[in-house]
Amino acid sequence: MTVKTTDAAGGPAAGAQPAGAAQPARPSRWLGPQRRTLWFWVFVGPFALGLGLFTYVPLAWSVYLSFFDAHNTVSPTDFVGLGNYTSMLTDRAFLSSLGTFLLFTAFIVPATYVLSLSLALMVNRLRFAQAFFRSVFFLPTACSYVVASLIWKLSLFNGVRFGLANTVLGWFGADQTAWLSTTDPPWYWLVIVTVRLWLQAGFYMILFLAGLQRISPQLYEAAAVDGARPGWQVFRHLTFPQLRATSVAVVLLLVINAFQAFDEFYNLLSDARGYPPYARPPLVYLYYTALGREQNLGLGSAGAVILALIIAVATVVQARWFGLGRKED
Amino acid sequence: MTGTGTGKGIDRRRLLAAGGGLALTGALAACGSNTGRGGGGSGLGISQWYHQYGESGVEQAVKRYAAAYRKARVTVQWRPGDYDRQTSAALLTASGPDVFEANGPLLDQIRGGQVVDLTSEVEPVKDDFNQAVLAPKIWQDKIWGIPQAIDMQMLYYRKSLLRDAGLQPPQTLDALVDAAKKLTSKKTKGLFLGNDGGVGVLSGTPLFAAGLSLITEDGKVGFDDPAAARTLGKIRRLYADKSLLLGAPTDWSDPSAFLQGLTAMQWSGLWALPQVEKAFGDDFGILAFPKDGPDGRPSVPVGAYGAAVSARSAHQAQARAFAKWLWVERTDFQQDFALSYGFHIPARTSLAKKAAKLRKGAAADAVRFATDYGYAEPLLWTSASRTAYQDALSRIIKDGASPESELKSVVRKVNAELARVGKT
Repeated sequence: MTVKTTDAAGGPAAGAQPAGAAQPARPSRWLGPQRRTLWFWVFVGPFALGLGLFTYVPLAWSVYLSFFDAHNTVSPTDFVGLGNYTSMLTDRAFLSSLGTFLLFTAFIVPATYVLSLSLALMVNRLRFAQAFFRSVFFLPTACSYVVASLIWKLSLFNGVRFGLANTVLGWFGADQTAWLSTTDPPWYWLVIVTVRLWLQAGFYMILFLAGLQRISPQLYEAAAVDGARPGWQVFRHLTFPQLRATSVAVVLLLVINAFQAFDEFYNLLSDARGYPPYARPPLVYLYYTALGREQNLGLGSAGAVILALIIAVATVVQARWFGLGRKED
Repeated sequence: MTGTGTGKGIDRRRLLAAGGGLALTGALAACGSNTGRGGGGSGLGISQWYHQYGESGVEQAVKRYAAAYRKARVTVQWRPGDYDRQTSAALLTASGPDVFEANGPLLDQIRGGQVVDLTSEVEPVKDDFNQAVLAPKIWQDKIWGIPQAIDMQMLYYRKSLLRDAGLQPPQTLDALVDAAKKLTSKKTKGLFLGNDGGVGVLSGTPLFAAGLSLITEDGKVGFDDPAAARTLGKIRRLYADKSLLLGAPTDWSDPSAFLQGLTAMQWSGLWALPQVEKAFGDDFGILAFPKDGPDGRPSVPVGAYGAAVSARSAHQAQARAFAKWLWVERTDFQQDFALSYGFHIPARTSLAKKAAKLRKGAAADAVRFATDYGYAEPLLWTSASRTAYQDALSRIIKDGASPESELKSVVRKVNAELARVGKT
């Protein structure tokens, strides 16, 4: 490699020199052969700079803040050691927000998975109007979480008699239900989960469709020849295993998305005076602690660091478990 | 790996790199901040922030006041959205406002040195301000905000609906619970305390109605008392009886739910009075939050946005002079601000007495409630305390959690907060 690159650098450069110039241009140690190092930085530099400035500096700063009593300041002086961490880990509200998040993930990931896979299987079997149905199910993905949340909150699931859900229930003589304010039974989960299902099922359906179309038809023919019954048997032993790569990606994306849950929770449940203590995922809680009126940036940062560690561990475990990036056999 | 293409004048790489560089320069240039001070121009620029008032005409009015100031060029920024959060973030940097109105300023903003001491500006007319709303602007004997106009909340009820149900306007919390239950029908609920069941808006109001307080005069927790649990348990009963309107399209601050007949009674603000009067004429009345228990007395929350000056302002002296000019000297503007658009009580007692609009009908009752029963959230009631209290209140009201044990943990939290802000 070394020989080759020296050649490549020296050769053409020397060849291009007029005969009078005795010395070939010496490849600088800093610029690299053919000034590749320079070009590397010209291309990568702006992005590295942006990444560093807008991602890593704030990240490091947040870790720094988490060791200080930083009320209403980003340049604190009052060092408190691990105080913020202990108070965060003994904070009932923070722990319950982690519980909320786990509950939400445990439900939304399998639910979206099953729903989008079923949609994909159905759309894939269509003989006509496939493009139409594909678009119809995909369209909600283009809608913003904020807009969808407001529609869910103000028109579908509002608590008064003319809300859509209450109107339908009213036909059967049921009482009006305050969907987002009732904690027993916790109807607010119905609102939160349906809005996310509606928004994201279409996107994952497209991923599954792509996966389905990659499965070779010969496999199905071979299965038919071997006597596999179409339907469950073919799905269980052929389609589903063939979708393994897609499934891994979908589950990983779903879990990451669930970690980031904020938009629909915030827009459905917050009001001018705050946020109720239920259905409060960690990001919403930290948002109020660090960025709300409380402005307790030290405590909020400690919470963010704890959350980041949890996410890191979960991702590593998940990658190991599913063998993400492992070569297909 | 062999070198090619070096002979060309401008190759693709160079072109792309130049393009990338240009794009980067452009992006960085676009990062310049808009501080609202206006670019260039002559004369000194001060920026002033307001939150978005719902009443029409306020924006034009405050811009008119600013334009009338001669000693500096004042740019008004009208900021819709989550104003408290915007100012909190802006105060961390030098690019925030010079003068701004604040739902405070909050104790942590004062302790953090984010706002400047305005004592000398207010001192000459200090006694003319309504003392209840001035008190939360004072920390360690210094004044940190100038009250602009007083807002208050109260209970609206439909006289005809109460009469039809054979009810008197409720004078005690028990009577309110009963009335709300009787007024609830298939189409109409008895009472609207906001879509969260009253958690956000009620705050300390029931505690004051029980003769307690949030923080006592000498800086201790004011509701470490069995009466607090008893009173909050009655709010739970309102919820459990299904007498409360929940999930309305608008929240408590908007009288729409009341006007549309979704509820027979609604807790809302003084600002809603003109709309209610227009819709119902004489067919409505107002009440303070009814008293509870032997030591109880009616209560209404009062509060005032305060004009504050950012400590990071580059033109602090000029900003203070402007704040003083507008909120201390120009009483004509203060009166216009409080009375010409929505319905507010002027923060200056001398102006409130002069206001003809506040002398008759329901408005006169409201002013009387504010004077006799008004309480303001104390400065020591920090955001962390409020969150702990509201979480507990929500669990008491909605989940039926035991008020005693919930309040016990709130008391612990508030004590910790008091200890934190008490140290210098």
